[in-house]
Amino acid sequence: MAEVFFFLAAIGAIAGAIGTVTLRNPFHSVLSLVCHLISLAALFLLLRAEFVAAAQVIVYAGAVMVLYVFVVAYVGGMEPTLAGGSGRGLKFVSAFFAIALFIELAIALIGSGLAGLDGDGAPYKTPFGEPSEVGRLFLTTYLVVFELASILLLIAAVGAVILARRRAGLAHPSEISVTDLFKRGDLTPGDAPGETMLEAGGRHPR
Amino acid sequence: MSITWYLMVSALIFCIGVGGVLTRRNPLVILLCLELMLNAGNLALVAFSRAHGNQDGQIFALIVMVVAACEVAVGLGLIVALYRRRLPIDVDELRELQG
Repeated sequence: MAEVFFFLAAIGAIAGAIGTVTLRNPFHSVLSLVCHLISLAALFLLLRAEFVAAAQVIVYAGAVMVLYVFVVAYVGGMEPTLAGGSGRGLKFVSAFFAIALFIELAIALIGSGLAGLDGDGAPYKTPFGEPSEVGRLFLTTYLVVFELASILLLIAAVGAVILARRRAGLAHPSEISVTDLFKRGDLTPGDAPGETMLEAGGRHPR
Repeated sequence: MSITWYLMVSALIFCIGVGGVLTRRNPLVILLCLELMLNAGNLALVAFSRAHGNQDGQIFALIVMVVAACEVAVGLGLIVALYRRRLPIDVDELRELQG
């Protein structure tokens, strides 16, 4: 039974990954990645990582992908620039390198001959990968890592707000600086009408 | 299922992600392909944790998820900032940093 679920989930994950790379429309790529992430959560469940699977569905397929969908909807409409440009030969070369990397990894994995990789995995004690065990590890052995992760998230949130904040109109690119934020001065209204983030983006490039 | 199968799926997904990063020119799609690669790493970590019967790999995978969320936040912030400045959203045309 586990084999059937494994192959279903693996086919879903690989198909989602291929769709993410090949689909032309970024929105379809994002939807394909959601499919991939949910299949991957099924694989995590098969590996007895219940908490990781739940976090994958909630954090990744839920929150992060919603962020992507919003940005794709905001930026959108940039397909024409994707046509033409860099030569097709370059694409073939990069695809060749990806395939070569896969062959190399496959040789390394299959040829490793590690006994632990052949079986179903080592025996484990019953609360394996459950939230209680993961929480215990996070608050005992990996406490420092846990706190560092929270600081990293805080820094990333502040950085994202600084990067994508509403600027007063559109300043000259050479005038962007982080110190602007710490100066007390108000944002002077620029030439862009409107108050929302969307309208403050100025005229659309098309 | 043998753990090797999971590792092969992980390697395949990683290489698909590498191919995407190398071939696509839209920074949004490149970020998506980076997600693919991080997820392949996660799958390998969880598979190794199962192979050893030890949960430390799962903690590692969760931390990778945190780092990926940070990367997404900053990357999308950069893309929105690019869009606001009406710069072309195309990695082949954003080459001012190459010196």
